[in-house]
Amino acid sequence: MAKSILMPQRAGVSHTWARTRRERLVKTVMTALFLGIGLLMVLPFLWMASASFKNAADIFVYPVQWIPQSWDLYNYKKVWLEPVCFAVYYWNSIKITFLQVLGTLVTSSLAGFAFAKLNFRFKEPLFLLYLATMIIPQQVLFVPRFIMFDYMGLVNTHIGIILPGMFTVLGTFLMRQFFSTLPGELLEAAKVDGAGYWRMYWQISLPLTKPAVVTLLILAFTWHWNEYENPLILLRDRELFTIPIGLSSYMDENGTNYPLIMAASCSALAPLILIVAICQRWFVEGIASTGLKG
Amino acid sequence: MKWTEKNRENLAGYLFIMPSVLGFAFFILLPLLFSLALVFTEWDYLRGLDGLSFSGLANLREALQDELVYKSLKNNVLFSVVSVPAAMLIGLVFATALNKFVYLKSLLRTLIFLPYMSSLVAISVVWRVLYHSSEGPINAFLRALGLADPPGWLASPDWALPAIIIMTVWTYIGYAMVLYLAGLQGISRDLYEAADIDGATGLQRFRAITVPLLKPTSFLIAITLIIASFQVFASVQVMTDGGPMQSTTVLALYIYRQAFEFRDMSYGATISWVLFLVIFVVTMIQWRTQKKWQNQF
Repeated sequence: MAKSILMPQRAGVSHTWARTRRERLVKTVMTALFLGIGLLMVLPFLWMASASFKNAADIFVYPVQWIPQSWDLYNYKKVWLEPVCFAVYYWNSIKITFLQVLGTLVTSSLAGFAFAKLNFRFKEPLFLLYLATMIIPQQVLFVPRFIMFDYMGLVNTHIGIILPGMFTVLGTFLMRQFFSTLPGELLEAAKVDGAGYWRMYWQISLPLTKPAVVTLLILAFTWHWNEYENPLILLRDRELFTIPIGLSSYMDENGTNYPLIMAASCSALAPLILIVAICQRWFVEGIASTGLKG
Repeated sequence: MKWTEKNRENLAGYLFIMPSVLGFAFFILLPLLFSLALVFTEWDYLRGLDGLSFSGLANLREALQDELVYKSLKNNVLFSVVSVPAAMLIGLVFATALNKFVYLKSLLRTLIFLPYMSSLVAISVVWRVLYHSSEGPINAFLRALGLADPPGWLASPDWALPAIIIMTVWTYIGYAMVLYLAGLQGISRDLYEAADIDGATGLQRFRAITVPLLKPTSFLIAITLIIASFQVFASVQVMTDGGPMQSTTVLALYIYRQAFEFRDMSYGATISWVLFLVIFVVTMIQWRTQKKWQNQF
């Protein structure tokens, strides 16, 4: 309504025409400017990719040769074909992240459903306790967890990384918020029809929260795929390394062999960048809808 | 006991939360209490449980007198105070521009967003080479611009922290921008049209409509980025490992060094509580300020 009242007060037709033309010009100039800014933002990645094909002699030549004169695949062969190499790190990262994400989805959605839709004793105090621990930085938990795992024989195993990663307070909180938006009548009706609690969860509520599950999946993936400090503390054998610690140990061992290190970085980043670029809408929406920093 | 509906619902509730509560109890609550207990012990870790003894407030006293704790804290504060507002400001400008004034919006958004999504370790490895003081491309570029004596970046005690901050801002911008873009969606067009009719300029509209209405978004970004930035670890560990001359040592790195390099578990745990305390205080202050803002409207 407000719009239609305001409309007649707007300037005449010819004026509006000039305005859109000016707007178009502004838009074109801004697009060009931001293409430049966007390019600047990805310049480090471009430098990395181009350096990874060079040999040690040309890597620092200035002005930068963005397209290498000769394409040397030697670095990539070394990075991917050594006995313990990126193929192993990738397998470890995929395995660990997959199990962590799967576990997170299961534990968070089960508990989120109960916190949102069921009544049981101590629900409120327990949920408050959950929320209260959200502010605790990871670093407080690393030391005691390491000692616990050391005495349980879980140091230098994948289980020691996977198990704590299968559970997050944030994920539980998110799922609770999503389940809370479902109307109460829905479950009341199901109850009248004789549905048990499991069916209310699995067949009625969960299918309706698919977007929420996708969001949590994306978030859990971004939390765990790039995880560094935890595996750094717990893992010692190279065969067990994930991509981030594999890369940092590669950097330590190869000191100033920069083309090789760039090939390793590129190997660590390229697939991730590809996934983010293809599914960018989901990543952006997932992060924007919750505002959660991994 | 009667098998009432209420009992059934109770039982169902417990079964549903059980996996989560087990994880919570074992991986958060128990370590938290254990960590607190560690603060009051002295532990010669390699000797096993025999090396464990009660030490009262000795760790806390040591931490209060430890110059490196203060230095790390100072670096942490500097890191957050510079990187968070800088990223938020640039993110806001980018989001405003992308929201209305460009074509190819989703391509541009992806380009700006990519650094944030990338593995921090991998980009730190790359930037370490970019920052190379004698041969790196950044200094080669600065020399070509006519700067005879460009900064030593990671090799210089004065420039190492700024260098890490610059890279961090580069990663945070995408995060701030994406959240601001979402916030801008929530602002009604009518407000801008009304301002147009009143003859407001672009800058006036930005200051009188966009900025105030984005306050909740700004608060969210500030709080998440500050908490994250106080925990900075990977970039520092990869790029400088705290050097040169401790100029980039931060609390998370100091905790790691004490606990996992020197195996001084008790002292590592003690400093981790210092970090916790700092984050707690900062968050509380922010909540207070947020409440003040809300009361204004």
